Amino acid sequence: MSYPIKERALILAVESSCDETSVAVVENGRKILSNVVASQILSHKRFGGVVPEVASRHHVEQITICMETALIESGVSPKDLSAVAVTYGPGLVGALLIGISAAKAFAWANDLPLIPVDHMAGHIYAANFVTPLKFPSMALLVSGGHTELVYIETEGSYKIIGQTRDDAAGEAYDKVGRVLGLSYPSGKQLDEMAYLGQDTFHFPRAMIKEANFDFSFSGLKSSFINMVHNSEQRGEKLNPNDLAASFQQSVIEVLTVKTLHACQKYPVKQLIIAGGVAANQGLRAKMKHDFSEKLPETELIFPPINLCGDNGAMIGAAAFVEARKGHFAGGDLNAEPGSSFSEEF
Amino acid sequence: MNLLAIDTSNQVMTVTACQDEKALGQIQLNFSKNHSTTLMPAISSLMETIHLKPHDLTRIVVAKGPGSYTGLRIGVTTAKTLAWTLKSELVGVSSLAVVAAQCKFFDGLIIPIFDARRKNVYSGAYKWKKGRFLQVIKDQHIAIKQWLTLLQQMAEPVLFVGEDASLFLEEITEFFSEAAVCKERTINIPNGLSLAQLGMEQQPVEDIHGFLPAYLKLVEAEEKWLETHNDEGKNYVERI
Repeated sequence: MSYPIKERALILAVESSCDETSVAVVENGRKILSNVVASQILSHKRFGGVVPEVASRHHVEQITICMETALIESGVSPKDLSAVAVTYGPGLVGALLIGISAAKAFAWANDLPLIPVDHMAGHIYAANFVTPLKFPSMALLVSGGHTELVYIETEGSYKIIGQTRDDAAGEAYDKVGRVLGLSYPSGKQLDEMAYLGQDTFHFPRAMIKEANFDFSFSGLKSSFINMVHNSEQRGEKLNPNDLAASFQQSVIEVLTVKTLHACQKYPVKQLIIAGGVAANQGLRAKMKHDFSEKLPETELIFPPINLCGDNGAMIGAAAFVEARKGHFAGGDLNAEPGSSFSEEF
Repeated sequence: MNLLAIDTSNQVMTVTACQDEKALGQIQLNFSKNHSTTLMPAISSLMETIHLKPHDLTRIVVAKGPGSYTGLRIGVTTAKTLAWTLKSELVGVSSLAVVAAQCKFFDGLIIPIFDARRKNVYSGAYKWKKGRFLQVIKDQHIAIKQWLTLLQQMAEPVLFVGEDASLFLEEITEFFSEAAVCKERTINIPNGLSLAQLGMEQQPVEDIHGFLPAYLKLVEAEEKWLETHNDEGKNYVERI
């Protein structure tokens, strides 16, 4: 299958891998014509985290209205489109299946090719809306579900060179936030508290000295929780801002040091920091500071905050690369909840 | 009217196309629960075989539930997307009614049964009366014992249908004779023609975007949450 040649390559992109239903129309991989994001955060707040069955039910409520709104806001009609793109994994299987079912039905009804997109490639390509990606390039993907370093030697080739062995960084933020009585998701609030506090607790920096690019955050989470519980038992109240600052300092130091080492071992033109945790101000400041000192030649790209979370636009951007690779799917496309875009390395 | 009917609510998947009263074709599969990989290929190959284009469709019918949550969502999402983008009508039919309507020969209460685990069922009560198909008791998620007690009080002949009915043979025979359980395989699995027929007679939904599966059961986490909270019809999804 190939792409119908049209003057403007317009892709309708659908993302439903977790708790956001999102549909975008993207032109030539670089321009967002619309990007509708329906967030379920208020719902999952009730349970302190994402409940997969609840997420799937919300996606069915939202999917067609998001598609319609994305088309209306972009001023694009189905016959103007070149293709439909959809996230096929990784993510929650029930959630992925809603976007996939809708994208397949829409593609068939309008006689359009279907492009399957990896969710993590989408996060990387959110950077393409800031500046065109140059290769080789490195990406640090940090979110509630992932913490990985990805080496991108050429366009569309992804190699995971390091990843978390337990909790994702964003997951640790949410668990620690719960102990401090913050509502889910607590990353933004912890970031703000950290700004006001000091690193007085000196939590461990897991795996920072090891000669690999893997991460671990469950030990940090445990020492944080123990610290808080022990002080509670003694009847002491620790300064929450200092706790937040100490936790955040440990996370961002490990992320920055490991990323810096990775970029020293694999020289790259650009470093892309993507995923929900890429919105963290502390992380942004530390990365900028350390890279300007040690690797000033490397261009740092942080996607705008509204493109750091899950969204359809990033899927649309990554879809252009997949289309160029000739990567299309048929009506039998299935969700791959545990998919990995990494090639053998 | 060019109608396409979809049922993915349980293991059996049916895709049926009709032109007014005439059935043009049907694909029925009974081999996997993964309707995600089989539904669209079935739709496109059936439509191609009978020389219909997507835009020829004027009505989409879907078995809306109850049934397997994932299966229902695949069918309903596909159906509502097709209806919306093809600007066709959308009709949701009870998945239980599809099986019940296949028992036109029976004079009494027709009780379709889907297993809902832990000795619960999805069921309802239906009846054919003078050529008309009627719902007597609404579809619900209910403990099998409670359901059988209630049906016994109706003091009418009953027929339990559906592949899952035999799973409750022990419970049913405490209340009714074994003859009340339908053993006819051709009747116990949902037929796409039954769905198409019901879908032809029903009124289309007014709000395609708002159309949802009939799960007939809240998510457990929500049930627990509601024990201590008040819902007040709050909107939990917002555009950001």
